[in-house]
Amino acid sequence: MDYKDYYNVMGLERDASQDEIKRAYRKLARKYHPDVSKEADAEALFKELGEAYAVLKDPEKRAAYDELGANWKAGQDFQPPPNWDAGFEFSGGGPDAGDSSAHSDFFESLFGRGFASAQADRGRAGFHAHGEDHHAKVLIDLEDAYRGATRGITLRTPELDSSGHVTTKQRTLNVKIPKGVRQGQRIRLSGQGSPGVGEGRTGDLYLEIEFKPHKFFKIEGRDLYLDLPVSPWEAALGATVKAPTPEGPVDLKIPQGTTSGRTLRLRDRGIPGTPPGDLYAILKITLPAADNDAAKELYSKMEEELAYNPRSELGV
Amino acid sequence: MTSKTLTGILLDEQAELSLHDLCHACSTSTEWVIELVDEGVLEPIGHEQAHWRFSGPSLLRARAAMRMQQDLQINLAGVALALDLMEEIEAMRERLHRFGLDNNS
Repeated sequence: MDYKDYYNVMGLERDASQDEIKRAYRKLARKYHPDVSKEADAEALFKELGEAYAVLKDPEKRAAYDELGANWKAGQDFQPPPNWDAGFEFSGGGPDAGDSSAHSDFFESLFGRGFASAQADRGRAGFHAHGEDHHAKVLIDLEDAYRGATRGITLRTPELDSSGHVTTKQRTLNVKIPKGVRQGQRIRLSGQGSPGVGEGRTGDLYLEIEFKPHKFFKIEGRDLYLDLPVSPWEAALGATVKAPTPEGPVDLKIPQGTTSGRTLRLRDRGIPGTPPGDLYAILKITLPAADNDAAKELYSKMEEELAYNPRSELGV
Repeated sequence: MTSKTLTGILLDEQAELSLHDLCHACSTSTEWVIELVDEGVLEPIGHEQAHWRFSGPSLLRARAAMRMQQDLQINLAGVALALDLMEEIEAMRERLHRFGLDNNS
C-alpha cells in the first residue's frame, strides 16, 4: 500500500494550524470540485483532498498521522508499524464528506473501516439508501451525431465481495446514441448505477457525450465551422467549389470578389435537431507556390499588369 | 460479455420531467426543488406546481447544485451564481475552441 502525504495534498507545511487547514480545504475544494473544475482528474483529486482533510481536521487523527513521522514519501510502500495507534482513540463516525469507497487503503489501514461498517450496520437495522449514481464519458465521432449510433461502453465498478474486500467488476453496456446529440449532453440510464441499500433504489448511470476532435470541423453547439481554402481566381472571379460536410461533399457557390475570412453559411447542414444547426465555411484564400518558371512568370505578369497595392488603406 | 442495447433518455431541452421525476432522479424532496425554483436555479415551464415541466439540463443543474451545496457549503444563492457563471465560462470556452485559441487545439 502506498503512503499518502496529506500535508502535500493540501499544500501545507506539517506545522499548519487548524485554521490554515480549514482555509486550504475550502480553497482547494472549490478548485477541484468535479462540477467546477475542468481538470481531467478533478474527481480523484477531490476525493484525495476529502480524505486528507478528514484526517488533518481531526486533532486526534492528525496526531496519530503525525506520529508516523515526516520521513515518508508519497507513494512509498507503507505498512503501519505494530501498535502504531496505541494511545489514540478515534471517536469513529469518520469524515462527513464522501462515502467509505472514497477512502484509500492507506486511510483504512490507519483509521479502520469504522465509517463503512457503521453504514452496513445501519443497513441491517433497516436503513435504506439510494445506490450511488455513476458517471462516464462516451467518445463519439461527429458523424454519429448525424446518423445516431450504438456504442459499447466498458465500466469498472468497485464492489464489495463476500469477505468485505473491494474488487473491481467490469461490465460492458451497449448504449444507443440518438441522432442530434451535442457535446456535453448527458444520457441518463435509469437503474444502471450501484445497487441501493435495503429498499433503496438502484442508482442511475449518466453518460456524457464527448466528440472526438475532428480533422477539419470545429463544433459549437449544433453549428459546425470549417476553414475552406479557395484559390485567388476562385475568390476573384467567383466559382462553384466542393465543400465537405459530415453527410458528404456539397457544391458551394463562391461569390465574385470574395475576400479572405468571409464566412458562408450552409443552412441546416450542422448537427440535426429542432432547429438543426448550420455549417459555416470560413473562406481562406491560399496562394499557389511560385516554385517553377511558369508560376513565377504569371506572378510577375500580375505585378506588372494589375498595379495592385494591398496596403493602400494603410497610407503606404 | 455484451448485454443487449440500452436506450437512455437524452437530457436535452426537449426532455420533459415532472416535479416528481426530478425529485426521484435527484433522490431529494420536493421542498428542496421548490427552493431551487424560487432561487431561479431551475425554470420550469407551467404555472402550477402540479403542471411544472423541467427540461433535461434542469436535472443536471439540480444535481450539480446539490453536490456543490453539500461539498462546498455554499447557500443556494451562491450556488445559483456559480452555476450561471460556469455556464457563461463554458460558452466562452466553446468560442475559444472554435477560434483555435484553447489549449486543446
